[in-house]
Amino acid sequence: MKRFFLALTIYFISFNFLYALIEVDITRGNLDPLPIAVSPLHVDIKSVEHEGIKVKELGNNISSIIERNFKNTGLFNPLKKEAFVQKPDIAHLKPRFEDWRLIKAQALVTGKLLVRDGKLKVEFRLWDLTAAKEMTALAFTTTPSNWRRVAHIISDKIYERLTGEEGYFDTRIIYVSESGPKDQRVKKLGIMDQDGANTKYLTLGNELVLTPRFNPTNQMVTYLSYFRNMPRVYLLDIETGMQEVVGNFPGMTFAPRFSPDGKKIIMSFAEDGNSDIYTMDLETRVVERITNHSSIDTSPSFSPDGKYIAFNSDRSGLQQIYVMRSDGSGVKRITFGKGIYGTPVWSPRGDLIAFTKVRKGRFYIGVMRTDGSGERLLTENFYQEAPSWSPNGRVLVFYRETKAGSKGEGFSATLWSIDITGYNERKLTTKTDASDPSWSSLLSK
Amino acid sequence: MTFNTNLKNIFLVVFTTLILSACATAKKSGDMDGDVYTGKETVKYLASGVPDRVFFATNKSSLTTASRATLRKQATYLRKNKKLNVTIEGHADERGTREYNLALGERRANAAKDYLMTYGISGKRISTISYGKEKPVNPASSTLAWSQNRRSVTVKVN
Repeated sequence: MKRFFLALTIYFISFNFLYALIEVDITRGNLDPLPIAVSPLHVDIKSVEHEGIKVKELGNNISSIIERNFKNTGLFNPLKKEAFVQKPDIAHLKPRFEDWRLIKAQALVTGKLLVRDGKLKVEFRLWDLTAAKEMTALAFTTTPSNWRRVAHIISDKIYERLTGEEGYFDTRIIYVSESGPKDQRVKKLGIMDQDGANTKYLTLGNELVLTPRFNPTNQMVTYLSYFRNMPRVYLLDIETGMQEVVGNFPGMTFAPRFSPDGKKIIMSFAEDGNSDIYTMDLETRVVERITNHSSIDTSPSFSPDGKYIAFNSDRSGLQQIYVMRSDGSGVKRITFGKGIYGTPVWSPRGDLIAFTKVRKGRFYIGVMRTDGSGERLLTENFYQEAPSWSPNGRVLVFYRETKAGSKGEGFSATLWSIDITGYNERKLTTKTDASDPSWSSLLSK
Repeated sequence: MTFNTNLKNIFLVVFTTLILSACATAKKSGDMDGDVYTGKETVKYLASGVPDRVFFATNKSSLTTASRATLRKQATYLRKNKKLNVTIEGHADERGTREYNLALGERRANAAKDYLMTYGISGKRISTISYGKEKPVNPASSTLAWSQNRRSVTVKVN
């Protein structure tokens, strides 16, 4: 996999922060999505064909991706193109605001592109139709094969401008791809764009792999592999494909995650049957023991400032969530509700912890404040777990398994996402069955 | 009238007896003690009369009386076959989070290993591995399947 966007240059045409009337409030479930018109990007007639990319259709294809991104947020309602009242190139120069308002659009995205000399030049504008003014505009140059990422970056910029929050479209999801019958599953590491495009497999399926997680720069992945039937935490460089086992522990290591600075891996190590939490410094290879308790301590996750660790433990009898300082001191139980709690994951914004809850045979994904207060259950199902945060802390991705029949028939594993408002639950498109999703940070940051 | 009342009483008695006996049969024939599986389905044998696996209660890794009896048979067998090494595989049902289940499987495998060691089998002859919920022996999503999947299995290595 090549490094994307080496040639990315961004410059602002204009940036108008003042008195825009439209904005999207994403702190509540949005039952009234903002009507937005995404005009196809105008393809400059000086464009030439480039390596099998359908240049003539590029303007339409980019705007379709933007539309789908917006629709999937649940916050926007992209309008049908048949109703559009102006040609893309003319609208991009200066829309007839009153005409667009007639089709009930409140915001309009226009743009144009040129493919020439092996480069893709794109510019777009976001218009506030109510206030009849330009809200933001951006132009950039990249290699034509990056055209999907261009669509995602434009989506991010518009989302940011309209919601005041960072976007999450130019991101990827790493997950475990599953196939085969339930009692003989073949599992591989899969990676795809956030919208399900560009699926690639990073392992062959010869050995069981579980729980992949990105490092902060999205170049590395840590995961559990049963290579040679020895379950150990591994490190994989996505670009080079180089793999190595992390640390020489005399037993199973599992449940790995990176520290927020990417310098350490935190994980569980099972010694004589008892699982405790350890960190390993990737540069010095120094191993530190963080918990020392006769109970199961696992699923550790750092706070984004690196000062705290959330984990689950059954030291009180059943699985509950605890928080401690990153040196292992000050352990405090934070869940006291009915049921058992696991897989705590600290939000990238630092304000919430997502978790899995099991109660009366039902599985819930929920969020709570980092002291355990304000618990909100977002979704209930037969089986679901392992939430992972979108980089802006607004959306969770997790996996679900269905109830199987007496021979294992009817079993499936799929990825889902939900807003932390509890709205907009959505199944993600994957080429195969899938589990253990982990969301990357923004690729272009 | 008298006849009718008597008849009613008889019916009541018969009906109650039926309910009671139904309860009794359900408890005995379910191959379960609490939620620990006690049946023979899925069980294999290291040798004649030496079952290869023991079963656990939900979220537990403690050995039941029946499990200890099975493991004593395994210990006797291993004492007789001094060159034999084994791996104990620990498993969990699908009703927990993946990572916790990996830890739970490890604990179950080690509970069986520790018991074999107290009966004189060297720890060097026994390795353990946890598969968590990854390798169900019964792929169904039912109480019975889950009880069969909460297990540790002793497997010959050589």
